[in-house]
Parts: sequence; structure tokens; C-alpha cells
Amino acid sequence: MQPMLELYNVGYTYHTTAGETNALDNISFLVHPGEFISIVGPSGCGKSTLLNIIAGLLPASVGELLIQGTPRKDYRESIGYMLQKDHLLEWRTIYRNITLGLEIQKKLTPEARISIDEMLKNYGLYDFRNSYPRQLSGGMRQRAALIRTLALSPKLLLLDEPFSALDYQTRLNVADDIGSILKARKITTILVTHDLSEAISMADRVIVLSSRPGTIKAEYPIELSIENRTPRSSRNAPEFREYFNSIWKEVDHGQI
Amino acid sequence: MDKYKNVSPEQAAFLRKQRNDRLQIRTIQWMLFAVFLISWELASDLGCINSFIFCSPSIIGSCFIQMIRDGMLFQHIGITLLETIISFCIVILASILIAIALWWNPKLSKIVEPYMVILNSLPKSALAPILIVWLGANYKTIIVCAISVAIFGSILNIYTGFITVEPDKLKLIRTLGGNRMDCLRLVVIPASRENILSIMKVNIGLCLVGVIIGEFLAARAGLGYLIIYGSQVFKMDWVLLGIILLCIIAMILYLILQKIEKKFRLHT
Repeated sequence: MQPMLELYNVGYTYHTTAGETNALDNISFLVHPGEFISIVGPSGCGKSTLLNIIAGLLPASVGELLIQGTPRKDYRESIGYMLQKDHLLEWRTIYRNITLGLEIQKKLTPEARISIDEMLKNYGLYDFRNSYPRQLSGGMRQRAALIRTLALSPKLLLLDEPFSALDYQTRLNVADDIGSILKARKITTILVTHDLSEAISMADRVIVLSSRPGTIKAEYPIELSIENRTPRSSRNAPEFREYFNSIWKEVDHGQI
Repeated sequence: MDKYKNVSPEQAAFLRKQRNDRLQIRTIQWMLFAVFLISWELASDLGCINSFIFCSPSIIGSCFIQMIRDGMLFQHIGITLLETIISFCIVILASILIAIALWWNPKLSKIVEPYMVILNSLPKSALAPILIVWLGANYKTIIVCAISVAIFGSILNIYTGFITVEPDKLKLIRTLGGNRMDCLRLVVIPASRENILSIMKVNIGLCLVGVIIGEFLAARAGLGYLIIYGSQVFKMDWVLLGIILLCIIAMILYLILQKIEKKFRLHT
């Protein structure tokens, strides 16, 4: 099967007047279609830089990056990217926030509108489509941001600590919501987070990065013995603790 | 009292107190104004102050009526207003365009930054005499003078608003496939709308200042000319009438912009 994403010896070095910093070194991994990968690591290990490189916002300094077998710079389809905050534009209604990407790419067709209406109904935002972002709760805003991303029907979705701005309760709910939505749509996802429970509860595989320069330190396929796995139910799986402890040791060790 | 029929007695009492307070403030404001006018009038009638130098409300009033009759007043007001509005429009348009150019090209903005800061802190009235030599004693000098007073601060403020837009919002546009133009059109300008509106409120006042400076030196008509000419020929009623009219014009222009600003705020 053609992997969704292939990284071979990717590295990134950036330059400031203070000197040269090697942020990422020798990163290689494959992601298969429909897989959910979490990337964890100590702060400053280059997790977000890695996402920016995959998103095409930064060019890798060395190495090779293929998406569906195409080199990154030649890949033209949209990749979804969700940031820490929802970044809904306050001066646009929810509906016009959601259509933002389609407007930019001039793909706001009647079919796209139908699919947006459907998502709005499914994710409980249809009655709020003409509201402004400030009228919505944090969880609803994050769902609106997700619809904005999904409206472009990306095959690959990058999440950069998308829940970290929410309070704990909302965070669990939104993670559960979004996790199930992505599973149902079989969207390949890479989640970057510093919350290990979140990483394990959502992922099929957890990749641990070392501190700067970020290299792959360990990979944990997550296999939980529960039926109908959701991010919330995963937390109650018998193996969850074990995964948490061993990954925690890996990350913690790197910080010293 | 019918108005408060549908609310609880406490709420009614609260609303009544609010209304009374507002009424009281308004009354005192008008009373202060009236006391000022009456004592000025009396002091000048009774000879406590020299009515030739200090004038009096009644002299200014009759001067006002007479100048309306011979149409001179409309000409002065019209010219000053026209010059202010022309320079204001030029300032706003030019400073938005220049701020966009600076935002678009960070290197350019670094190059011109020290010049901008120097020009902005220069007292612009110092430029007026040169402008007369360069452009002649005409309306061009007055408009350029008004523009020079407002434009540098306006560019700096609009540009600062542009670059303080959240970087992640721009990143969002890029992740959605947008280019720099999309960033400008979809985020930078809409996010700066309120900032630009409040800068406009400041600029209308500054343009009026610039127009008056220009008219002092280079005009044959306008309220600035009325004031300077009146003081030279000791027609203090002209001078004071000019100043009062300037107050009113400044207030009206400000209120118009405030209305526009409110209207835009409602939409966000």
C-alpha cells in the first residue's frame, strides 16, 4: 500500500545572529493512510517545526519528504492544519469562517456548500452558522475550526496542540469529538502535543522525539484491548497506564 | 412614570436615578456655558474689561449675523472645510497605501523607518514658510501643509496596526493555501479596520490644524485667514468668531467620524 507520508533523514537547521541551531536531525518515518500518529517530546524539541515542514510552510534543510509518493514541493492538494487556538476571524460569521479556505482556493461550489451544511448539522453548529465566533463556547469554536479544515477535504491533517487552549473538561470532550470524526472519515492525522495521555488516547502510534536537536527516540504502536475505541474509553484501557509510564520515562529522560 | 410600568420598583428607581443624573450633568454643563457668556457680556458692558480687545458675546453675535447676510462667512467656512476634507482624504488614502507597501516589503520598512520617525517628530509648522516659497501663497501650500501635519503619524500608526496582527492568523491563511495578497485582504486589513477608524478621528483634527497653519501664512480666504487678518486690523470680533466656528467645525467633523466608527463597530 502506498504510504500517505514518507520522511527520509529529514533535518532542519535555522540561522540567527547568535548562531546556527540544529532543530531536527535525521527524522525518518512512514505514515499509512488512515493512521493516527502522535508526536510527543520535551518542549523545544522541534515538534512544531516538523509539522511546519510537513505542511510546506518551511523547507526541510536536508532529507526527503514524500506525500502520497510525490515530493512535498510538487504536492498540490490541501493539507489540513489546526493550530493551538482556533483563530476564527472575529469579523466573519461562523459560516464565512468555515468557507475561508474554499474562498481562497476558489472552490466554493454548490456541492461544497452542501457538504458544509451537512457537517454543520452533524457537529451541532448549524443553528450557529450566522453567529460570530465570540458568541460560541471554546469547544464549539474548535469544532468550527475543524469544519473549516475539513471543508477542503484534506487527506492529511496536522494538529499542533489543538486542544491546549481549552480547559480540562472541554478538552476531553473536544478530543473525543474530533477523534471520532477523524476516525469516521478515515483521515490520516499527525498530532503534536505535550500531553502524553492525550497522545496515547488518540493515536495508533506514538513517536517520541528527543530534546534538541530533535531525533526519533522511540516509537510505540498503541494496541488497546477494548471494543469501540474512542479517545475517552482508551483512557480506561488496562494497557493505558503501562504505555503512559514507559513513554513518560522516555520523554522525562530527555529533559535532564 | 408610565414608562417604568413593566419593570420592578427597584429597577424603576434605578432607571429614574440614571435619568436624573444624566439630566443634572447636562443642566450643569449648559449652566456653566451660560454663566460664562453672561459674565463676559456684563464685564464688557460695565467696562470691567476693554470691549475693544476682549469683545463681547453680543458684538460677536451681531458680527456673525452681518457676515451671514453678506455671505462672507459661508465663503470662509466653505474654503476651510474644503481644504480640510481634501487633505484628510489624501492623508487617509496615501497612508493606507504606504502602510501596505511597508508591510509588503519589510526591508523597505526598515530602510525608511528612521526617516519616518524624524519627520513625524518634526514640528510641521516649521515647514510652512518653505512650502510658501516652493509652492506659492495659494491653496496648494495650505493642503500640503495640512497633509504634512497628519500623514507621518498616520502611516506609522496604520503600519504598526498591520504588523501587530497575530502571526498565527497569517499562518492560518497560508495553511489554507493563501498567498501574501490573501493575508492582506482577508486578515491584515479587516483586523485593522477599527484601528484605521480611530486614526481617522485623530487625523481630521490634525488636518484642520494644518489647514489653519497654512491659512495663517498663505491664504486670501478661510477661517484661518479671518483670524489672522482680524488680529492685524484689530477686528477682535472676527478673530473670536473664527475661533468659535473652528470649535464647532472640529466638533462636527469628529462627531461624523464617530458615527461612522460606531456603524462599523456594530458589524463586527
